[in-house]
Amino acid sequence: MNRFEYIRPASLAEALAAASAQPGSAFLAAGTNLLDLMKGGAARPERLVDITRLPGLDRIDGLADGGVRIGALVRNSDLAWDTRIQQGFPAVAEALLSGASAQLRNAATVGGNLLQRTRCPYFYDVASGCNRRVPGSGCDAIGGENRLHAVLGWSERCIATHPSDLCVPLVALDAVVEVEGPQGAREMPLEDLHLLPGATPERETALAPGELIVAVRLPARAAAVSRHSRYLKVRERTSFAFAVVSAAAGLELEGGLIRTARLALGGVAARPWRTREAEAALEGAPPSAEAFARAADLAIAGARPSGENAFKIELARRLVARALAQALEGTPKVMPALPGSPFASTSGAIHAA
Amino acid sequence: MPLETASPVAPYRRHGSNAGQPLTRRDGVLKVTGRATYAADNHPEGMLYAVPAVSSIARGRVVSLDVAAAKAHPGVVEVITPANRPPLAHDPDRKLGMFGFRIEVLQDDTVRYVNQPVALVIAETLEAATQGAALLDPRYEAQPARTGLEDGERYAPAAIGVGGPPRTAHGDLDAGLAAADRIIEECYETPAQFHNAMEPHAVVAQWDGDHVTLDMPNQAVVMSCAGYAAFFGIPAENVVIRSPFLGGGFGSKAILNGPQILAILAARMLRRPVQLALTRAQMYGPVGHRGATWQMLRLGVGAQGRLTALHHRSISATSSFEDFLEPAANASLYVYQSPAILTETEGLRLDTGTPGPMRAPGEASGSAALEVAIDEAAQALGMDPLEFRLANYAETEPGTGRPYSSKALRECYAEGARRFGWAGRPLEPRRMRDENGLLVGWGVGTALFPCPHFPAEARATLRADGTALVETAGADMGQGAWTALAQIAAEALGLDPDKVEFHLGVSTLPDGGVAGGSGHTASAGLALHNAGEDAVARLAELASRDPASPLFGAGNIGVVAREGRLHRRDDETRSESYVEILARAGAAEVVGTGRMARDEEAARTWAMYAHGAVFAEVKVDPDLGQARVSRLVGAFAAGRIVNPRLVASQYYGGMIWGLSFALQEAAVADRRTGRIMNADLAEYRVPVNADVPSLEAILVPEEDAYVNPLGIKGVGEIAVTGTVGAIANAVWHATGARVRRFPVRVEDLMGAGVG
Repeated sequence: MNRFEYIRPASLAEALAAASAQPGSAFLAAGTNLLDLMKGGAARPERLVDITRLPGLDRIDGLADGGVRIGALVRNSDLAWDTRIQQGFPAVAEALLSGASAQLRNAATVGGNLLQRTRCPYFYDVASGCNRRVPGSGCDAIGGENRLHAVLGWSERCIATHPSDLCVPLVALDAVVEVEGPQGAREMPLEDLHLLPGATPERETALAPGELIVAVRLPARAAAVSRHSRYLKVRERTSFAFAVVSAAAGLELEGGLIRTARLALGGVAARPWRTREAEAALEGAPPSAEAFARAADLAIAGARPSGENAFKIELARRLVARALAQALEGTPKVMPALPGSPFASTSGAIHAA
Repeated sequence: MPLETASPVAPYRRHGSNAGQPLTRRDGVLKVTGRATYAADNHPEGMLYAVPAVSSIARGRVVSLDVAAAKAHPGVVEVITPANRPPLAHDPDRKLGMFGFRIEVLQDDTVRYVNQPVALVIAETLEAATQGAALLDPRYEAQPARTGLEDGERYAPAAIGVGGPPRTAHGDLDAGLAAADRIIEECYETPAQFHNAMEPHAVVAQWDGDHVTLDMPNQAVVMSCAGYAAFFGIPAENVVIRSPFLGGGFGSKAILNGPQILAILAARMLRRPVQLALTRAQMYGPVGHRGATWQMLRLGVGAQGRLTALHHRSISATSSFEDFLEPAANASLYVYQSPAILTETEGLRLDTGTPGPMRAPGEASGSAALEVAIDEAAQALGMDPLEFRLANYAETEPGTGRPYSSKALRECYAEGARRFGWAGRPLEPRRMRDENGLLVGWGVGTALFPCPHFPAEARATLRADGTALVETAGADMGQGAWTALAQIAAEALGLDPDKVEFHLGVSTLPDGGVAGGSGHTASAGLALHNAGEDAVARLAELASRDPASPLFGAGNIGVVAREGRLHRRDDETRSESYVEILARAGAAEVVGTGRMARDEEAARTWAMYAHGAVFAEVKVDPDLGQARVSRLVGAFAAGRIVNPRLVASQYYGGMIWGLSFALQEAAVADRRTGRIMNADLAEYRVPVNADVPSLEAILVPEEDAYVNPLGIKGVGEIAVTGTVGAIANAVWHATGARVRRFPVRVEDLMGAGVG
């Protein structure tokens, strides 16, 4: 672990100033990912700017147009159980409750979730080459233990995935990220926040140095699919496990046809993977197994294995079809005991409690 | 430091004897209130912290260490490397008895596995020592790592497991195969697994001249003293080990290891107490693991579904420099009747830390393969898998023909099947679905574990106030020795458990033997029982010699000890309390001693095993390949049950471990470097509560007049066996996919939905 400065600013302006004054600064929220990375030496910030005491960032506000604005410091648990989220954007709640563990969800923040790093073990293992961690050091995941790595959007420089559950429905629902930085405020679609690795995997997001996510906005029109929304996640343990593959699906039905379709995949690429072609193919069509199968094919268009993970492509295809079918059945009236699980209907511990 | 002692529980309403009662844990309150002192909770005055720097390569040598940078770090007191390591009295490249492996204690600059200590940094604080270790920045000359079947070095071992034979043959295998109508031959793989006890390996070492006190979690408290004494060139009695509580051991805390010895050495070198506690990641190397296996099973089956031949071969991985071979093949020696049985083991040298015993070593991985192979044979014959197992029921020990001291396996099958609802199970796979369309499958596996005993001694002191002190240097890893052993002692003494003070886990007490091999309750328990009987006999002698006692002259008739009184055996109205007897004799106490005494002739004559049957239900998503266990029912017969609550807990734990083995657990080592890529509890998967919805353990009654005078068999490991196979077989029954590589993965079952 490197020596670092720890600063706890009292205002947003102070925080931004503190971060931009020192190259290699990192904002610290709950630290559920960053502190682990620092202890292992995979992250070595020169300065930690603790934003947990900043005022006003922990609010969930209903907007006049029916949208919702979520402060960056809102805890995952608080967001998941917020009535406006559960009713208007149920896939977001289901995704949140399928992630991590209850203890982590009680600590982890929305902004931190968006900016969590890949779980690629070669990124964590400082003895391994990793272009994302040390540009130019190679990608030891290629040719290594990579059955859970990316099948979409990867490059010869990096085959890591973005692990977030929350981001998957957020991207499907056109969430917007509000950013404050040394150059002032700006906003961008969440879909543009995470970058594919290409030749520069070390550039993980579109944020400029010193920029801070202050809020995420869900637009009102995203609630159109609220009655037919699911988040499904294949994982190798029923709790406290990242997705092998996940999918968020939302449908708005009108007159027996799909008016709006929302679809995104998780665990398959370095960013949450919105599948607009699949959505377009669904919109205007009657909902049917055939339509869902066609959408699933389109969703994985261009996928190719980056190692021993070809099964993830087929798994993603099947999961998309399943998520659409379950969305068609309707959003569950109450949160399933095992959120996001294909086993939601089977007996088990009340995972979300 | 006062001796740790678990307080007696509140008086417990009992009917009958002390043993057999479901008492709650005597150490429970200490643990849940944080007052149970684990090794690293000790902070003697002036204590330093030791942190090892560990290798990131699997094979090669260290060419540089930046010792100057580490020493310059504030708080760092010393850096021990091969260049300045003080001498040890024992050559670490030589074996040291049964549990003394060749170990790495900075004897040279070679690296033999990942996470091997390459230096030890000692500092005033844990943080300084950690940073000092990081600053050493080791540089290596690396050689290619041998990480698998393809590049490891195969060899013929002299012994497997803890001194077991690498080859055992009963009958004529070729003749058995020739007589078979069908031959089933398949290969099975089990991965490297790590113990991952909640409490890491730790030690606090304090020297006083040539005496040393070690606070450390230890499963073999007294035996280990001799090992440490050998390394430090002092008499064994100069070593005191205090191990009152262990946060799990599972076999990994019975073996001497490099990091702990280096910390003890540092304490002597620096003349200050030193503490070392491994990090989770550092436990993936120097403190043992379950070695990977590649197994082959060949079964000949003849008329009425009887086995004609059983051939089990294992290639078992070990380190490049020491031999601990998972004795997986030997699991086939004891379970099913066959006129010909051949078990063979070949070694495979890899650049890993040395494996070691891990809960049901050999039995777990061997049973996993055997139980699947047996299922495959039943499938080939179109027989119900339970019926097939019954058709091959061993009425006497396979191969030797020895009678069983007791064997209620038939009752286990019957009771387990009844409670599970096995009857009506369709023979073909993919015939059952639940209301949500998930595939449902049922599987069964036979559980078996032998009954080893270890030498053990104990002392029982009846005190003038009518209470007793009983003592043995056993170990409670969480299995419940604090409670179950006290129950046995209380029964022998004729006292309520709350009248019995119990001391455990300190090497100055009488040797309690090894908490391992599922033999601790029988071994230490027998010593305590004998010590208690000895104390009662001495008390009876005082009374029967005393004309003032109502028991005067009862010497030849005998007495019965019950509820703090001695009663004449022929006339129970004539009795006297312990307090009265001791008071009149003017004695402050009487002291009895006892040792584990097993009838060796009986042990040769009778075959002794605990048995069980495990039934599993799994549900599998037909498209997504995700499998979950929905029910586990295990029925076990293990002789006399001392504490049914604790025993059920052992069975639950074993079955959950089996679930973990079947569906989750595996160390993922990079095939090029040998580095473990999931050396943490987030990515090394073991089940969470939600993975274990329904669990039932049935304690099948069994009387055993021969295994030992108490009739006790072991319960600590048996439930892992049987469970793994039962779950894999249930997965097949649900999906039709026969998975022969553990753990079963999503991609193995995705084909299940096709066609």
